[in-house]
Amino acid sequence: MSDSPLLRRTSLYECHARLGARLVPFAGWEMPVQYAGIVAEHTAVRTAAGLFDVSHMGELEMSGRYAGEVVNYLVTNDIATLADGQALYTCACNEGGTILDDLIVYRCSSERYLVVCNASNLEKMEGVFRRAAEHHCDFENRSDRTALLALQGPKAFDLLARAGKDAAELAKLKSFHFRDAVVANVQCTAARTGYTGEDGVELFCAWSDAPALWTQLMSLGEALGLKPAGLGARDTLRLEARLSLYGHDIDETTDPLEAGLGWVVKFDKSDFVGRAALGKVKASPLPRRLAGFEVTGRGVARQGYALLDLAGSKVGVCTSGSPAPTVGKNVGLGYLPTSMTQVGTRFLVDCRGKSVEAVVVKTPFYKRRVPSTPMETRP
Amino acid sequence: MSAIPADRRYTKDHEWAKGEGGDVVVGITAFAVEQLGDITLVNLDVKVGDTVTEGKAFGTIESVKTLSDLFAPVSGKVVKLNADLESKPELVNEDCYGKGWMVVLAPNDKSSVESLLDEKAYSEVVKNAH
Repeated sequence: MSDSPLLRRTSLYECHARLGARLVPFAGWEMPVQYAGIVAEHTAVRTAAGLFDVSHMGELEMSGRYAGEVVNYLVTNDIATLADGQALYTCACNEGGTILDDLIVYRCSSERYLVVCNASNLEKMEGVFRRAAEHHCDFENRSDRTALLALQGPKAFDLLARAGKDAAELAKLKSFHFRDAVVANVQCTAARTGYTGEDGVELFCAWSDAPALWTQLMSLGEALGLKPAGLGARDTLRLEARLSLYGHDIDETTDPLEAGLGWVVKFDKSDFVGRAALGKVKASPLPRRLAGFEVTGRGVARQGYALLDLAGSKVGVCTSGSPAPTVGKNVGLGYLPTSMTQVGTRFLVDCRGKSVEAVVVKTPFYKRRVPSTPMETRP
Repeated sequence: MSAIPADRRYTKDHEWAKGEGGDVVVGITAFAVEQLGDITLVNLDVKVGDTVTEGKAFGTIESVKTLSDLFAPVSGKVVKLNADLESKPELVNEDCYGKGWMVVLAPNDKSSVESLLDEKAYSEVVKNAH
């Protein structure tokens, strides 16, 4: 499995191998799923800091006079609200109003935008952006030369403070803002974003610079409790923070409104792909919604498990589920009829033939207590 | 990878079976534990007195990442369950060949455990699984 020629490796492959990572196929890449263990890595991110290699993600650049208008036509959120150095989370939908991908769009300047997409959707999204750019703006897929490291956790900025001359400027970065900075002698773009529910940064750098950046950060962070963290912990961390995972909670069969992502659909902006269909969805009550739940019986809900009403009829499906290490419970997300999504509603999870009790709870399952900077509120 | 104890037998599904005074103690191997990662739940779907069939599932084990079946290494009757695992599933991570045992079976055929893989044959299984 590890030697499959079909799997690509990030420039940090040797670093992972040296750290004893278990590498697994993920979206065409050979990626570290864990080093010491998912729970230990998860806990390190919640209490100190974790360093993730997410270089497999896609980076698409749109530039030119009309780049902003083209990008804004492709996404549901309104990028016209962005200032230089600011980013936002958004969906990109098809004409049917279902989700092609979820993205972060970074405004580098009024004529240059960086779009970060999921690795599993890179080919599809490259097609979407490339076609839309034709005759309107320039398009470049920068994924092959862009590495991405996520440094996440309450100690992330303590570590950055030790990582070079731009530390003071980085400390001033607001949530969902980014800037160029030299970190541990490596030229980076540092964004105060993440996928863990903790404070932290995501660092873009040249593909070939990533090993130096990784190694420096690991050694600077050792005294602070920094641990390398894999995709396993990334998944449990994002689930506790109720951040959607494409291919699980959202995909081309779900729309942003039922997925709880209505806050990234801006009907009052200029036209965008999927607007008409989403307008119709919004006009009537949602038949189903993505709800967060706790498994109260003995069992773990996993993606694909049926959700049953108390009479035992199938009413929905689990899209994500796992033990939540910080919360100390087995939690999940799943689509349920809207009438069953009120907090406190009891239902059953079909855990491979065994009906296990569950209850709808408020999400996020985990929220960090004291943000180190004022956070943008998510409605 | 820790050493594979020579005092017991193994299945290709990574269970171990140890003869003890006519009974057979059953657990999972260090290789299985390594593959599963942090174990959060051990579900034994049998009670004392139930019969189990060789190669058939008698429970499941859940880790943070995944779920795996527990297969009976031999056919027989359940004599004892490890009740500690209900509140302390991490015992399997900490001591899979000792405190992390799962069930004790009274085998239908007392020689059946001898026909399982010895530690040498099992170490080959592990080598090929890597």
